[in-house]
Amino acid sequence: MADTAPAPAPVSPRAARPGPRLSAAVRENIAGWLFVAPVVVILGLFLLLPILMAMWVSLTDWNGQGSPFRSGVPFVGLDNYTRLFTEDGLARQDFMTSVRNNFYYVAIVVPAQTVLALGLAVIVNNRMLKGKTFFRAAFFFPSVTSSVAISVVFLFIFANSGAVTSLLKLFGIDGPQWFSDSRGVLHLLLGGLGLVDPADPPAALTSGGPFGLSWWEWLSGPSVAMCTIIMLVVWTTSGTFMLMFLAALQDIPVTLEEAGMLDGAGRWQQFRHITLPLLKPTLFLVLTLGLIATWQVFDQVYVMSQGNPAKTTLTPAFLSYQTAFRSFEYGSGTAISFVLFAIIVVLALLQRWIMRDRDPARRTRRS
Amino acid sequence: MKRRDSRSLASTFAGYFVLVFFALVFLYPFVIQVANSLKTEPDAAANALSPLPHPFTTGGYEKVFLNTDLPLWLGNSMLVTILVTAGRVLLCSMAGYALARVRFRGRKALFSAVIGVMAVPPVVLFVPKFLVLNQFGIYDSYTALVLPLIVDAAGVFMMKQFFESVPVSVEEAARIDGAGVWRTFWSVVLPMARPALITLTIISFQGSWNEFAHTLVAVQSPELFTLPRGIADLVSGSLGKGTQYPLKLGAAVLATIPVAVIFVVFQRYFVRGANEGAEKG
Repeated sequence: MADTAPAPAPVSPRAARPGPRLSAAVRENIAGWLFVAPVVVILGLFLLLPILMAMWVSLTDWNGQGSPFRSGVPFVGLDNYTRLFTEDGLARQDFMTSVRNNFYYVAIVVPAQTVLALGLAVIVNNRMLKGKTFFRAAFFFPSVTSSVAISVVFLFIFANSGAVTSLLKLFGIDGPQWFSDSRGVLHLLLGGLGLVDPADPPAALTSGGPFGLSWWEWLSGPSVAMCTIIMLVVWTTSGTFMLMFLAALQDIPVTLEEAGMLDGAGRWQQFRHITLPLLKPTLFLVLTLGLIATWQVFDQVYVMSQGNPAKTTLTPAFLSYQTAFRSFEYGSGTAISFVLFAIIVVLALLQRWIMRDRDPARRTRRS
Repeated sequence: MKRRDSRSLASTFAGYFVLVFFALVFLYPFVIQVANSLKTEPDAAANALSPLPHPFTTGGYEKVFLNTDLPLWLGNSMLVTILVTAGRVLLCSMAGYALARVRFRGRKALFSAVIGVMAVPPVVLFVPKFLVLNQFGIYDSYTALVLPLIVDAAGVFMMKQFFESVPVSVEEAARIDGAGVWRTFWSVVLPMARPALITLTIISFQGSWNEFAHTLVAVQSPELFTLPRGIADLVSGSLGKGTQYPLKLGAAVLATIPVAVIFVVFQRYFVRGANEGAEKG
């Protein structure tokens, strides 16, 4: 398809005005470009250009001194990338640890916030309940507040003498020291079930594993410290997604539900077979947005943990920042950004493919 | 019939129970935040859960105003927020209008580019943005804080969607009367776009007031810190962890208040904004 709007006939009566004026089409062209010019210039300068520059920098060992385009800057080719994947060393170990941490984080946050958002939306949408506006506002409010401010609040809430610890004490539970606890939850779980002793894991798991981390390290699960960030993020983002589900629920015609009731469908059946299929586009959207956002977690890590304890809250986004701005290895830092970008794109496409693939299968089963 | 009534009564009750429980979960942290900012340090440490300060003190706020650069951060935050919001509202609605209504060469390609830009995860641009600011020699300046944020692809998208939903007839009347594109836009179209403009203003205000990551790559001098940056520095930096909670929570309260007030007043626009966000996906 051509990228131009249908061009007006060259000699229309209106264009044939007296005087040396520009034709209407030319004037529209100029006006249009003038209107979009600021946006084009700024997005170009601060979005497109940065990406191009970063592609270059990721191929160098620029240390932040002077311009990265000087002739003295060492060109290292794909070294900054290969170091993350194939070379045994600290760079790869840190990167893989951050990927592991973020993976567990995504695997918990995305399902948790989606289920919570959907559940809250369904309940708030109940026509019998009063005070809908209040509850909707209450659930949504955390998502509009400052991530930094709210991280400070959660630091306090999960502090050693904080609210959560005292709350757990009411139930006779001795809470962990949240922010200094680097133990993996999956390790604790395996230990609790008596399958593996976390203090002395089997050699089969510790002796080897892919990408420089042992299988035992890959299987750690999120650390206790990471769990606080997980709780914070589920708590802040569920409200936004609840609004999306709520908007979709309100679009479902009441008659459809009534028809289901008349057919004798129970509440769960009605939800499962009428509501949920109609929510599928929203569900897909919420999962995609969640997946994209969770791989970018940064503010909370910066304020609450800085990647500690024992690097168990390190994420690729924070590692990229740390590598570039703390160790002044800008090449490595940008390379990590691009790999993160690739991870996000691949996972978003993968998810799309999975959701699409399941659709016809289910349809054929039903018919 | 009777059984159905008692069943629905029970489910209504269960519904309220769940709602109230989650309302507490979602709102009580804010109660803790405000209450503990008004406590003394030993009281905050000993009774973190209690919503009542005992004794009540504004010492945390006094300290945060007198012993930290908070007044400066507040000033910087206000300046940046006002400039970014004004810029976004004007530039996004201009571009949105042009993309929706003005027939210029390349607008479809440009619109696809805007969509593409929205898909780039901001975190990925972190180091790259610094590179550009540094190269232009504007790193560590107000320009670096404001200029890259002054345009927002999602805002352009939102305004374009809005302008497309407005009937063309009014504008056409103005155009036939001989008004140019700018006149039509400024005095005919914009006044009609009030709801969309309010939504965009609120989203931009909230976004730029809360912005943290950008300040990390744009500035490093403490004189240029905005409120979130200052608070992050306060928490992870000089004053050390684990202490001074009333002071830190007080700073966090101050960062929360403006958005909270706007949220209460303009709630339906926030809701609209969240759902506009949904449509773009």
